[in-house]
Amino acid sequence: MLELKNLVFEVPVNEGAVETKRIIDDLSLTIGDDRFTVITGPNGGGKSTLAKLIMGIEKPTSGQIIFNGEDITDLSITERARLGIGYGFQQPARFKGMKVKKLLEIAAGRKLPMLACNEYLAKVGLCSATYLTREVDKSLSGGEVKRIEIATILASDPKLAIYDEPEAGIDLWSFDRLTETFRDIHEARDGRSIVIISHQERIIQLADEVVLLREGRISETGTPEQLMPKLGFTAKGVPGCQLTEPTALHLTTIPTTC
Amino acid sequence: MAVDLSPIDENLLAAIANIHGMPNGAFNIRRNGELVERHSSANIEIATKTDNPGIDITIAPGTKGENVFIPVIVTQSGLKDVVYNTFYIGDNCDITIIAGCGIHNDSHKGSQHDGIHTFYIGKNSRIKYIEKHYGEGTGTGERVLNPVTNVYMEENSYCEMELTQLRGVTSTLRDTVAELKENAKLILTEKLLTHDDQIATSNMKIDLVGDGSSVQVISRSVAQDNSKQIFNPLVTGSAACHGHVQCDAIIMGKANVTAIPGIEAACEDAMLIHEAAIGKIAGDEITKLMTLGLTYEEAEQEIIEDFLN
Repeated sequence: MLELKNLVFEVPVNEGAVETKRIIDDLSLTIGDDRFTVITGPNGGGKSTLAKLIMGIEKPTSGQIIFNGEDITDLSITERARLGIGYGFQQPARFKGMKVKKLLEIAAGRKLPMLACNEYLAKVGLCSATYLTREVDKSLSGGEVKRIEIATILASDPKLAIYDEPEAGIDLWSFDRLTETFRDIHEARDGRSIVIISHQERIIQLADEVVLLREGRISETGTPEQLMPKLGFTAKGVPGCQLTEPTALHLTTIPTTC
Repeated sequence: MAVDLSPIDENLLAAIANIHGMPNGAFNIRRNGELVERHSSANIEIATKTDNPGIDITIAPGTKGENVFIPVIVTQSGLKDVVYNTFYIGDNCDITIIAGCGIHNDSHKGSQHDGIHTFYIGKNSRIKYIEKHYGEGTGTGERVLNPVTNVYMEENSYCEMELTQLRGVTSTLRDTVAELKENAKLILTEKLLTHDDQIATSNMKIDLVGDGSSVQVISRSVAQDNSKQIFNPLVTGSAACHGHVQCDAIIMGKANVTAIPGIEAACEDAMLIHEAAIGKIAGDEITKLMTLGLTYEEAEQEIIEDFLN
C-alpha cells in the first residue's frame, strides 16, 4: 500500500529565485494493493511530478511517502526500486551500445532466457526476434523505445508500477495490445498495484479508481463511471477561454484546364 | 603440450585473446620478447623474420574458416619489446586473426611493448582482426603499448578491425595506416578506456585510392579521472569512394579529450563524412538504471561497459 501524506513540492519561479511555485499542493492519497489507479488531469497539473516524487526522482519539499508501512520519503531511487517500486518514463532514456536483451535483464535482475524476453516484448507489441539484439539507441523510433521502456517494467515486475503516459507515441495497434497487457496484470490480482498517468479513455475505463489532478491538488476521485462524464466535459475546452473565430479562407480558383 | 605458463601468463592470455591454455590451429605466443610456443597449420605458415624481431605469417590463397592467434605477454619489468608481425594473406581467404598484448608489472620499472603489424590482404579476401591491449599489476612502473597497424587492401577485399584498450595501460601511442584499392572495404573500430593519469593518442590515416572503396571508422572512448586522450583520424579520398569517421567519447572527472576527425578529398566523387561528440553520461540514463535497482556507481559502470561493448 502506498500512502502520500500532505505532499508538497515547490520549485523556484526562476533559476536562483527565492520565490517559489507550488507544483504539488498538500496532496494526500492512498493506493491500496491490487488497485489499478489512473491519474489524469490537464497538462501542468502535476501528474508527472507526483510520479517522480513516488519514485524518488524528485524530493518533496514537505510531506511523507509511506510504502507498505515504511517511510520512504528520504530513500534513494535505488532503495525504492529494491523495495518494489517501478517507473516507466514518459520519455525513455537511450543507451549507446546496450542491447534490448541486456536492458531487460537489468530490469529483471537476472539472466533471461530468450523465451521470457519474447514474452515481455510481445506484451508490448514488439516482435522480439528482430529487437533483442538491437541497441537501445537512436536507431529505434520513439514508439519502439517507448514500448521497450514498458517491457522493462514488465520484466522488473514491481509491487507498485507507475507508468507515465504509456500510450504517448505508440501506434493504435500496439496500444490495443498494451491495453490488454494492463488488463491482464490487473486481473491477475496478485497483490501488485498499477498507477498509470493517462488521458486515454480506454485506459481510464480499466481503472478501479480515477484521480483527477489539477493545479497540484486532487480535484476529484471516483470510479470511471463516476468521473468519465466530467472528464468528457473538461476535455472539450479550457473553461473561460473563448475560442476565436477562424479567419476567412481565401480560396483561389483552381484551374481545371491543365 | 609441455609449455610452462604461470597463472599470471594464463590470466593475461585469457584477458587479451580469450584463450585458455594452447589454442587450436595456427598460433604464436610470445612472452617477454621470446617465443613460448608456435604452431603452423596446413594453410598458415608462421616463420621467424630474418631481418627484424618478429614473425611472417603467410596464409595460402583460398584459406577459409581458420583462426590465427598471436598474443604477446610481458611480465618482466624493465623490458622494452619491439616486434614486427607481417601478414601475407593470399587471395580469396576468409580468416580471423586474434592478437593482443597484456602487461603484468608489479615493479617500479617500466614495461613496454611496441607491436608493428602489417597486413597485405589479397583480392576478395575477408579478414577479421581483433586486438586487445591490457595492463595490470601493483607496481608504479609504467606500462606502455605503442602499436602500429598498417593495412594494404587489394581489390574487393574486406577487413574488420577491432582495436581495444581497456584499463591498465599508462601510455599509448597508436598509429594506424590503411590503403584501400578498388571496392575494398574497411571497418575500423577502436575502443579505449583510460583512467588515473593515463595518456592515449590515436593517429589514423586511411587512404581510399580505388573506386568503390569505403571505410568506416568508429571510435568509442571513455576518459576517466585525470586521463588524457587525443584522436586524430584522417581519411583521404582520391577516387569515387565513401568514408565515414565517427568519434564518440564519454568524459568523466577531470579528464581531457581532444577529437580532431579529418577528411580530405581529391576527387569530386569522393563522399566523406566526419562527426565527433564528447560528453558526460546522460543523467536520464543513470536515473533509468537506478529505477531498475542499480546504485549510481553500478549504473555508471553498466553504461560504460555497454558503450564500449
